Amino acid sequence: MATTEIETDVPRAKAALSRKSFGGVRVYDHIVLWVGVFLMMGPLIVAFTTSTFDHVLIHKEGMQLGWGGQFMETYQTVLTQQGGFTGEVTGWLMTQNSFVLGIFFALGKIVVSMLAAYAIVYFRFRAATFCFWIIFLTLLLPLEVRILPSYEVVQQLGLLNSYTGLILPLIASATGTFFFRQFFKSVPNELLEAARIDGAGGWQFFVDMLIPLSKTMMAAIFIIMFVVGWNQYLWPTLMTTDETYFTLVRGIKQIMQIMIGADIPKYNEALAMAVLAMLPPALVIVIFQRMFIKGLVEQEK
Amino acid sequence: MDKAQFSSPWMPYLLLMPQMLIIAIFFLWPAAEAIRSSFFLEDPFFGKATFVGIDNYRDALTGSDYQRTAWFTALFTILVALISLGLGLMFAVSADRVLRGQSTYKTLLMWVYAIAPPVAGLIGVMLFDQHIGPLVDFAALFGWDMRIGVNYWDTGTAMIIVATWKQIPYNFIFFLSGLQSIPSSVKEAASIDCRSEFRRFWTITFPLLAPTSFFLLILNITYAMFETFGTIDLIVKDQPGNSPVTLVYKVYRDGFRGNDLGGSSAQSVILMLIVLALTIVQFRLIERRVHYN
Repeated sequence: MATTEIETDVPRAKAALSRKSFGGVRVYDHIVLWVGVFLMMGPLIVAFTTSTFDHVLIHKEGMQLGWGGQFMETYQTVLTQQGGFTGEVTGWLMTQNSFVLGIFFALGKIVVSMLAAYAIVYFRFRAATFCFWIIFLTLLLPLEVRILPSYEVVQQLGLLNSYTGLILPLIASATGTFFFRQFFKSVPNELLEAARIDGAGGWQFFVDMLIPLSKTMMAAIFIIMFVVGWNQYLWPTLMTTDETYFTLVRGIKQIMQIMIGADIPKYNEALAMAVLAMLPPALVIVIFQRMFIKGLVEQEK
Repeated sequence: MDKAQFSSPWMPYLLLMPQMLIIAIFFLWPAAEAIRSSFFLEDPFFGKATFVGIDNYRDALTGSDYQRTAWFTALFTILVALISLGLGLMFAVSADRVLRGQSTYKTLLMWVYAIAPPVAGLIGVMLFDQHIGPLVDFAALFGWDMRIGVNYWDTGTAMIIVATWKQIPYNFIFFLSGLQSIPSSVKEAASIDCRSEFRRFWTITFPLLAPTSFFLLILNITYAMFETFGTIDLIVKDQPGNSPVTLVYKVYRDGFRGNDLGGSSAQSVILMLIVLALTIVQFRLIERRVHYN
């Protein structure tokens, strides 16, 4: 009795499954996703379209959808106008600084953490456990909670308003090290044994075997770290008082402060700045989507 | 250790040197400094420091401003974490089920991940602006006269909405990859045994996602407490008079604006302890997750 019931039930259920997943449109799911897309992308679209309008019109009539026709003028002004208090900084310079921060933060993190992870996984030495725990400790305390003393240390070292002072303290957290440690551990042992038989030393094995093997992982972590570096705010805000070191994200605060005092704030320019600040990292994660997701999900394991 | 290893008297130290140097200078030194100065009262004008024991901690914890900030931080953290987890899960479940347009939906839903918290804050400031903001007009339809920067709770609401919006893609990505790693044999078996899609979700899919969810919850709490700094800084526009702020913002404000080094350090140390507690919970959960797999 029970058997026949199951037997008759299976094909029907399978048909139902395939009909649901391969045939008709899943109306509910599409509605949910449309709502999601509206919520997530709506603000960005309004921000972009509004930035193409004239600021007096925005002030009178609110944020705008559609095309204001002032795209070129506004973005050109934001990129080339000498802004700030000293009149030395342009949007273009800030964009360059953002790229410097994003790229060198990502590269620095990869180099430093790969070397450290290699030492921890592939070497037997006395201080291994101690070093591991010290590195682990850095995961516990985000820069935000030790911001004031970090500032003082960098000040004492004379590194305020320098790329070194901007980038190095951000590398101190060891997320990358753990990522590579996990990956190196998954590399089969036979590889090392084979390399040893061929007479490869520690450095040779690293350069000739591990680095080529890690290429995908390095790319994935680079993408994530580029976005993280580009989006840094608190640290750059504190330690760059010289406007020539401003990044776009740091410039957002500047433009806000200028806006507060204005009679008719230049909403269009502020939003254009926001669009410029979000575009490169967004393009990076959209273009390298697959790699980005892999890196992000693996990293937290 | 099951890993074959090299042994060299100096090489591992050389390899670790860059990492350890950076940690020592930019992590250990400042962290030690924070702990030390949390026990001192520093005179901002003469640079003299007097040892005051736990006074800074007592002043911080009993101050009414601190308590108000702590309550707001707790509420902010819980709401941001839960709402963004809920919406992220809802979008992920639907994105996992549709076949047509899945990658387009995915791209559009994760785009916001790339946006820096202060940029999200600026867009929020515009959307909630008294003159030009469409969301203020929208709230007015329901008779809600939103005044960001004037009314404490209106400002708080805007902060929660912006911070949640920014975090949804993160949860979406993790939930979606969690859903897609459920073997199709399990999904098929479940759909044979249980017709109701709703019940199937709660009895099969959700328990399978539970380890991911717990883990994500901790990450979301950390996000809401620390990474929202930029969002909040933009929304309060540097004039946090009657605006709600989070504990991290208060550390920054007391330390840099108020010149209260000892008090700010004591608050830092309290936050460090909270992060420490969260990490311990997180590790317990990871152990359990390994168990599941």
